[in-house]
Formats: sequence, structure tokens, C-alpha cells
Amino acid sequence: MPDVPPPPSTTRVLLQLRRWARPALPRIALGGLTALGASLLALAVPQVLRAIVNGPLLGDGSTRGVVLGAVVVLALGILEAFLVWCRRALILTPGTGVERVMRTDLFRHLLDLPVEFHDRWPGGQLLSRIMSDLSTIRRWTVFGLVMLLVSATTVLVGVVLMIWTSPVLGAVYVAGAVPVIWLGFRFREDYKVVARRARDQAGDLATTVEESVHGIRVLKAFGRGQDALDDFARQADELRTTEVHKARTLSRVSFALGAIPEAVLAVSLAIGVTLAADGHLSVGALVAFFATAAVVNNPVERLGMLLAMTLDARAATDRYMQVIETGSTVQDPVRPVSLPAVGGGGSVVELVGVGFAHPGATGAAVLDGVDLRLEPGETLALVGLTGSGKTTLLQLVPRLYDVTAGSVRIDGVDVRDLTRDELRSAVSVAFEDPILFSASVRENVLLGTDLVGPAADALLQEALDVSRAGFVHDLPDGLDTVIGEEGLSLSGGQRQRIALARAIAVRPRVLVLDDPLSALDVTTEAAVTAGLRAMLAGTTTLVVAHRPSTVALADRVAVLEDGRITGIGRHAELLATHPHYRYVLTALSAVGTDELEGVRG
Amino acid sequence: MSEDTESRDDDPTRTESRRLRRRSLALLSSLLRPVRRSAWWTAALVVGSQLAAVAGPALVAYGIDRALPAMQSGDAVPLVLASSTYLLAALLGGVLTAATVRASARVSQTMLLDLRRRVFRHTQRLSLQFHEQYTSGRIISRQTSDVESLRELLDGGVTTLATGVLAMVLTAFSLALLDWRSGLVLLLAVVPGVLLTRWFQVRSQVQYRKNRTAVARLIVRFVETMTGIRAVQAFRREREVEAVYGDLAEDYRATTAAAIRLNGVFDTGLTLIGNVTVATVLLVGGLRTLDGGMEVGVLVASVLYARRFFAPLSQIGMFYNSLQSATAALEKLADLLAEEPTVPEPAHPRRLVHARGDVRFDRVEFGYGAGPTVLPRVDLHLPAGQSVALVGETGAGKSTIAKLLARFYDVRSGAVLLDDVDLRAIDPVDLRRAVVMVTQEAYLFSGTIGANIALGKPGATREEIEAAARAVGVHDLIRSMPDGYDTEADKRGVRLSAGQRQLVSFARAFLADPALLILDEATSSLDVPGEAQVQEALQTLLADRTSVVIAHRLSTVMGVDRVLVVDGGRVVEDGSPADLVAGGGRFADLHADWQRSLEHSPAG
Repeated sequence: MPDVPPPPSTTRVLLQLRRWARPALPRIALGGLTALGASLLALAVPQVLRAIVNGPLLGDGSTRGVVLGAVVVLALGILEAFLVWCRRALILTPGTGVERVMRTDLFRHLLDLPVEFHDRWPGGQLLSRIMSDLSTIRRWTVFGLVMLLVSATTVLVGVVLMIWTSPVLGAVYVAGAVPVIWLGFRFREDYKVVARRARDQAGDLATTVEESVHGIRVLKAFGRGQDALDDFARQADELRTTEVHKARTLSRVSFALGAIPEAVLAVSLAIGVTLAADGHLSVGALVAFFATAAVVNNPVERLGMLLAMTLDARAATDRYMQVIETGSTVQDPVRPVSLPAVGGGGSVVELVGVGFAHPGATGAAVLDGVDLRLEPGETLALVGLTGSGKTTLLQLVPRLYDVTAGSVRIDGVDVRDLTRDELRSAVSVAFEDPILFSASVRENVLLGTDLVGPAADALLQEALDVSRAGFVHDLPDGLDTVIGEEGLSLSGGQRQRIALARAIAVRPRVLVLDDPLSALDVTTEAAVTAGLRAMLAGTTTLVVAHRPSTVALADRVAVLEDGRITGIGRHAELLATHPHYRYVLTALSAVGTDELEGVRG
Repeated sequence: MSEDTESRDDDPTRTESRRLRRRSLALLSSLLRPVRRSAWWTAALVVGSQLAAVAGPALVAYGIDRALPAMQSGDAVPLVLASSTYLLAALLGGVLTAATVRASARVSQTMLLDLRRRVFRHTQRLSLQFHEQYTSGRIISRQTSDVESLRELLDGGVTTLATGVLAMVLTAFSLALLDWRSGLVLLLAVVPGVLLTRWFQVRSQVQYRKNRTAVARLIVRFVETMTGIRAVQAFRREREVEAVYGDLAEDYRATTAAAIRLNGVFDTGLTLIGNVTVATVLLVGGLRTLDGGMEVGVLVASVLYARRFFAPLSQIGMFYNSLQSATAALEKLADLLAEEPTVPEPAHPRRLVHARGDVRFDRVEFGYGAGPTVLPRVDLHLPAGQSVALVGETGAGKSTIAKLLARFYDVRSGAVLLDDVDLRAIDPVDLRRAVVMVTQEAYLFSGTIGANIALGKPGATREEIEAAARAVGVHDLIRSMPDGYDTEADKRGVRLSAGQRQLVSFARAFLADPALLILDEATSSLDVPGEAQVQEALQTLLADRTSVVIAHRLSTVMGVDRVLVVDGGRVVEDGSPADLVAGGGRFADLHADWQRSLEHSPAG
């Protein structure tokens, strides 16, 4: 997984959140004010206490004064509770809104990012970003940030009050802050690094979980559950070590924040009582000083936790930004053009000097200088050994990948000059690995069309007929049976036929099929091939073929060898003239003939 | 079906709800048990640090009431005593707080590791049937988001809760000792506090259950979309997918916000109760001081104690909140852990160290879950060393037979026997060594290509791995990769073509060297030369092995010893390929079609 260069300060990183928090900012600010108000009210109580002690209790002894004082304390208390409620109402709920917007933004961005990005990024790292990193950010924006500001302000105001109450004692207290601040800075540097590592490890752990679930059949087939567990446990243990390390870092600052302010108070007690004994300080002031200190020490102790939370949020933000700022390499053009209208004859598809290499890959390019022209309505088979780049070539047409050299043109228009939406409604794909979604058969087949009503039903029926997927009518709920992961599991051949029906149902100008019949038995394959040939008239089709039976779909064949087209022509011609083509396709025929003879004999 | 189970848990009956909660607390306590000594130690540290903390106000009170007058009369000893004790308490408090942070992290991280391992191990043990119903997204959600919410609770939550409660108890105790009347006022305040807490507990439990379900749905959708991103983009479903996800994200936001709102009411209520109590203590104490029934120092200390008593409440409220959230998550986890594998490990496993590979289906009846019968009654004997092909239409039951052989599922009645031992009685380790199944989906894990092949035989040497790769003809390809066998297989092996992935998974199977090899459509993506190579490898490597092959390509089928044609869960034809072709049945028809497809000259 790619890593970012040494990033800017925590504040700069967290300021990036403004982009999403802006609509909630006024409420967050207002909420911060109410929180501040609540804390300041808490600070006012010791002052009232001082007034009562110095006034009625040690002075005039008036009952009214005491009752009045208690009533003021009560009023302040009720006001504080009200402000607490206000803070909740003002910021916590909008905070969840910010989180949601950030989440859907990331999701939209991930949908927009090209397949090449998804090839590179493990699923668990994306999942941990969109779930746990975002909830960390949310907790920080609505709680951490506000509490940090409130605590800091409370401490500041408290210290001012303490200085005002007694300059000497106040100065002692401030002196204690120096080592605390120094330790705080050191802590930040250490913690930042560990916090990021912990999050990355958690993402890796999520990836392992995801793979163990998606690869469960392989693990079961080989009885490798224990090894997978050992592997997972090792990773989980690494995460544990990091977390414990994180706690060790935090504990150092906890010590400082717990011990130093209290130690300062011990010193203040000695000085304060001496001053009071000498008459330099009133008893009321002494009481008020300690009462204020009691209020101030709480947020001081909390500062460590809040600082840790802030640094965690920073790591989470870094991880979030890392993905959301990854630009999409496959983008819509600034000034898109439209495909020219064509008659029933179909489109021309041209590959001109097409090259493709995976970004950052060393070694030979996957495709290099491919020139290919599909005439309107023509079906061209692409034949080559496994790994020769056939699938990659197919995916260049609907721009699942972008060429790294040359261009792909449909009716003379470079596919990069079209919007992806227009391109992909003109080009339809059947993948070799049929990806179905948790939805009904109907929804899966009609995935690529915008038709509804009877027209859609007719289309559905036709597509299912051509792909010989009549079995769907026998499913428990027929066309409404939910298939895919959350529904009925189908066999490979069944899924492939539904995926083929889905590609056909788009009624595209250009159809690209990746070995679409590989999981079908010969009888079904022959039936599907016959249906397809009839249907494909007028649809320009590029089909990857591994077997002569699939080549039967095509008008012409192109041979892809080491990323180049080394032959193009009719099946029979190539069979006679192209040794590589013969090797790729006739190994089967040769074996077959042998066996045939064996059977006959 | 899965959605139903998920939502049913949201709104359980009262008894059901209590049972769920009990089970989740039982899980929590079973996680605590192994670390109970460290947990007690942590608790002791918490007690110590709190004792040090409450010493503060008492020493201040002592300083003002006793040391000040003493000082005024020239005696500095009480002041020195008070200050130095305070200093000591401060340092001790700091040390203990720091120790608490470390100790509690150790305890909670150990518990999390334990939980993660347990859930992971359990999901690995659960049968495929369960996995297919529960969906991968929900399992992932359990193992990430639900574990995470326990982490939030343990991450300082428990310590803060314990610290807070203890601080309150100690403060209350100190106050009662200092002035029992003020203590009484405090006691009265507890009543509304308890009522409010109970209200919050009941309500937030409901909210958090909904929240856990919402988060699971969100994750399920996310995982499915990211896994199928190619299809989403190729069929321009971005907007629809985004809308669905947006709705789920909004559901999740709404349940989170509702839970937070409840917590807000709780928090506000606690603050109110606390502040009213402080005012009352001040009023009662102040009036008594006027009467001379109380010293000023004691009054100040009482008010300080009363404030201190309520200070941890907002934090306790917050962490009670995480407890509620974690309990809901633990309910889901306990639910998952309570799932019994439908393919249980034998109570008294029989060892089968050197399996011969003699397979027998004895009156086997089978259907998936509670569904219709798929195999009505199968009797079959595959002698050791025989290679058998299963042929038939989609849905005929070929894959089902293969899955029963690999014990992915257990029979409803009858038995599947390997070397005359019921599969259900064989030690799982021996069974997995003896029987290996290669499926159509050739899943590659992240890690090197070499490690992916070595999955077939952990601890295999590089030579063995290369030999296996050579046998299936993938060695040269791997050698040509940037780092050879140490090349990282990218996510889901995307950079390898489907055919190459199948070759790698074949190499895995060859390395595993089982007595019985099952190939379920394992050659579908191979090109012709690749298939020929695999054929050849199969001939030599599996000469003395039992193999069961499901393939729709007759080129793979024709080389076997025996063909079984399956239809409607029954074996309808049984014989050598040559005999069946000569016999003129279904297989003969299939063979004729295949011949035609070979002879067919592509249009042109």
C-alpha cells in the first residue's frame, strides 16, 4: 500500500476537515460556546462559595445571605445543565451528518476510481477507512475538538481567576505548567507515529478477515483453517503490541498531567496557609483558590486523553485524505463529444497503436502497438494463450482501464472523448468471472438498461432465451428469486449465462465478451452460440475465445501473442498459416482426435 | 433470509432481550476470565490512584481548619505534615494513574486479541452452508465493526467507569465521615440517578441493537460493491449503487444520532441532579454553620466533596454509553459464536494417516439445509486409484456429490465412507490431507505466488513448490515475473489471468498430494495448451490416486477410467467412456455434440 511523504502539522491535517464540516461549523461553534459557558459556570461556583464564606459565615451571619448564595448556586447549576443539553442538541447530531457526508463522498469517489485503483488497494484498508476512521473523526469533531477547546479555555480562565485570587499561589500554579507543556509536546511526536501504525495494522487485519471469508472454500478444501488462524493471530498480536506501545506513550503524559498539578497544589497549600497565617491572604481567598484548582485540575488531567484523541483523529484524517485525494486516472473529458448516429449496421471499433502497461509495473508492457479494426456488425474473436493480454485488451474498450499508448476509437471517436456514461451504454461486457449482485434475476439481467415496463420484460425474455438461461423460471420465485451473495447460490454455468444475458440486454452498439461460454457444457454451448450468432447481427462484437467452439461465433480471428497482434484472418486460413494459432487452438483438436480413435478402437 | 435474522434481533421480546443481554455479558465475562489477575491488579491500581486523589480535599480541609490556626500560633508542624503528605499523594497518584493506563491497555488488548481469535477460528470452523447464508459482508462486519465497539469500551472505558464509580464511592464515604448529614443529602440524590440510568439503559439497548444492524448492512453493501466494482462501472450502476448506499448510510446515521440523543438526555439529567444536590448541601451546611453546628472548613470540604462526587458522572454517562453499544455488538458476536457448525468435528476422531482413497456412498440422501432433497439415494463405490468423471446438466447434483466427498456438507442419511471409515468420524486433519478439492473459483490470497502454492502443503520447500508449478506448466510464467516466486499476488489475484489463477490453484492441489482429488470445473478457464499440460500432469500424478472430475469439456472427461452420468441426483449411466459412447445413451449424445463442435469449421 502506498505511503504518504512526511505530512504537515496536525492542525493543518485536521483543518482539511473544514471541507465537510463547513455546513455544521456554525452549530459546532455555538455548541462550543455553550460548552464553554457550562464550564465557566462551574468555575463561578467557587466564587459564590467565597462570597458566602467571607460574607455571611465569617462576617455578618445573615441567613438571607446563605440562602441567597445557595439559590445562586442552584440557578447556576440548572443553567449549566441546560447548556449541556444545548451543546448536545447543537453539535452531536449534526456531527453524525458530517460523518455521513464524508462517508458517502468517499463511497462516490471509490465508485469513480478506476479498476486499476481497486486492483491495488486491499479491501480491508478501504473498509477500515470508510468505517472506523470516519467514526473516529466524527467523535473528535463533536467531542474531542470541543472538549479540547473548552478544557483549554477552562484552564486558562481558571488560572486567571487563581492569579486574581492570589497572585503568589497563581504564579506557583503557572510554574507547574511549564514541564507539563514540554512533556505534552514530546508526547505528541511519539504518539503520532504509533497512532498511524495502529490504524494501518487494523486495516491490514480487516483485509485478512475479508480474504479469509472470501477464500473460505479454498481454506476449507485444503484444511488450512489453522494456518489462516495462526497468520491472523500473528497480525492481531502485532496490532496488540502497537496498541500497548501506544498506551505506554500515553501513560507518560498521564503521569505528568496527574502528578504535577496536584504536587503544585501541595506546595500551594504550604505557601497559602503560611500567607493566611501572616494575614497576607484571606481564608475565603484561600478556599476559593483550592476550589478553583479542583475545577481546573479536572480538565488538565483530561488533556492527555483529548490530545491522544486528537492525534488519533489526525491519523484517521490522513488515511481518509489519502484515498479521497487520489485522482481518478480514468475521467470524463472536459468537453465530451457524442457518438455519431449509425444505422442498423453496427459500429466500427478501431484500436490504433494501442499499448498498455500496469502503472508502476516493471518488465514488458501487457499490450504493445496493437492495431485492430472491427467492421460494422463484425464479430471478431481474440485468441491467445492465457496471460497474453486478451482480457486487458477487452477492458480497454469500455475504459475499465485506459490505454497507455495509442487510442481506442468507436466510429472514429476516441473513447476518452466520450463521457463514461455514454461510452458504457454503447459498450457492454460479459466478464469471464460473472459478478452478480444480491438482487433478483430480473434486476441482475436488466442491470445495464434503463427500460421499464413491458419493453423491459420483452428484452429480459429475449436475453434469457439467447443465453439459454431458461432455468431461472424453475427457481423458487422465478424471475424474482434473489440471487447473488445474499440469495440463492447458482453454479458457475448458471451464473455465466445470467451474466451473458445481462450483457445482451443492454442492446449495445459494441459487445465485448470474455470467454463467455467457458463454464457451459457442449450441448448448451452450441445452443447459445446459435442464438448469439443470430442476435449479434448488427452488433460489433469482440470475443475472447479459448476453444474452436467459441471461435465459431466469429467472422474473423485475431491472434494476440506477447501483447501484439501477430495474425488476423479467417479460422481456416490461420489454422493453415499461423503456427502459434495452431498451437493455441489445435492442441485440443489433436488430443480429441487421439481419444476419438481410442474410443473407436 | 439473512436480513430477516438481522432485523428480528432488533426488536426481541422482553425475555428474548434479557437472554441476549445475558449471553453477551457471559461472553464478556468469559473474555475477562483469563486476564482476571491482571484485571484485579488494574483495579487495585485504580483504587490506589483514587485514594491518592481523594486525599487532596481532605488535606486542604485539614490545612485550613487545623494547620492554619496552628500556624497562627507559631506551630508549623501540622502544615509541613499536611503539605508533604499531599505532595506524596500527588506523586503516588501520578505513578498509579500512569500504571493504570498501561495495565488496562494490556488487559483490554489481551481480551480483544482473544475475542478476535475466537471469532476468526469459529468462522473458519463454521460450514459453507452457514457462510453462504450469513454472507461474507456480515461476517466481516462482525469481525471488524463489532469487535471495534468492544475496543471502544475497553479503550479506557472500563478504567474510566471503574475510576469514576470508585471516586464517587470514596468521595461519598469521605463526605459521610466528614459530615453525615451532608452524606444523607447525597444519598437522596442517588434515587433519581438510578431511575434515570435504568431508563437510559432500556432505551439505548434498543437503539444500539438497531445501530449494529444498520452498520452490518452498510458493510455488506460496501463489500459487495467493492468486490464487484468492474460490473458496477461497466453497467453504469454507480448512481443506483450510490443511492442505495446513501440510504443505508443515512439509516446508520439516524440510529447513531438517536443513540447520541438518548445519551444527551441522560447526561443532562445527571448534571442537573448533581448541581441541585450541591446547592442543597450548601444550603443545609451553610444554615448549620450559621447555627454553629458546622465549621466553615467542613462546609467547604462538604461542598467540594459533593461537587467531586458528581464530577465523574458525565464521563460515566459517556462510558455507560459505550458499554451499551458494546453489549449490543457482543450480542451479535455471541450469536455468531453460538452457531454450531453443521459439519461438526468428530467427538472421537479416527486417525487415517495413510489413506488409500477407496470411496463409498452408502445409501446417501442429501438436501441443502431444510430445502428439497437433491440426492434421493446414492449408492456408489469408487475403488482406490480409479479416476471418475461426473457428467450431467447444471443442477443435476454433480457438484453436490463433490461437496459431500470433501465434507463441505454432511449427508442427511446414509454415509460417505473413505477407506470404510465414515467421513464424519475421521480426524479433520487427516481428512484434509487425504481429500482435496479444487473448485472453479481460484482464489488467491495476498502474499507471494510461492506462498499461495504452498497453501497446499505448509512448510513445503522451494523445490517442492517449483516441482508442483512445473508439473502444471506454470513454472516458466512465474519465473518470468519480476520477483519470481516471491512476486506478490495482487488483490484477488487480478493481475493474473483467470487461466493463470487456475494453474496456480492446480499447483496447490498437486503439492497437497492427496489420496482423493476432486476437481469441480477446475479447468474451465484454461486455454487448450494449458489444459493439455494439466491433463498430462493428471495422468502421471494421479495414476495411483482416486480422482473425481467434474468438467463440461469432454477432452478432460475422455481420459478417465469411468464416467458417471448424473441426472436428478441419480446416477443414470455408469461405465468407461468408450463403453458409454458405444452404448448410445446420454453420454453418447454429449459426445456426438462435442465431436461436432470440434469438427465445426467456424463460419467464414
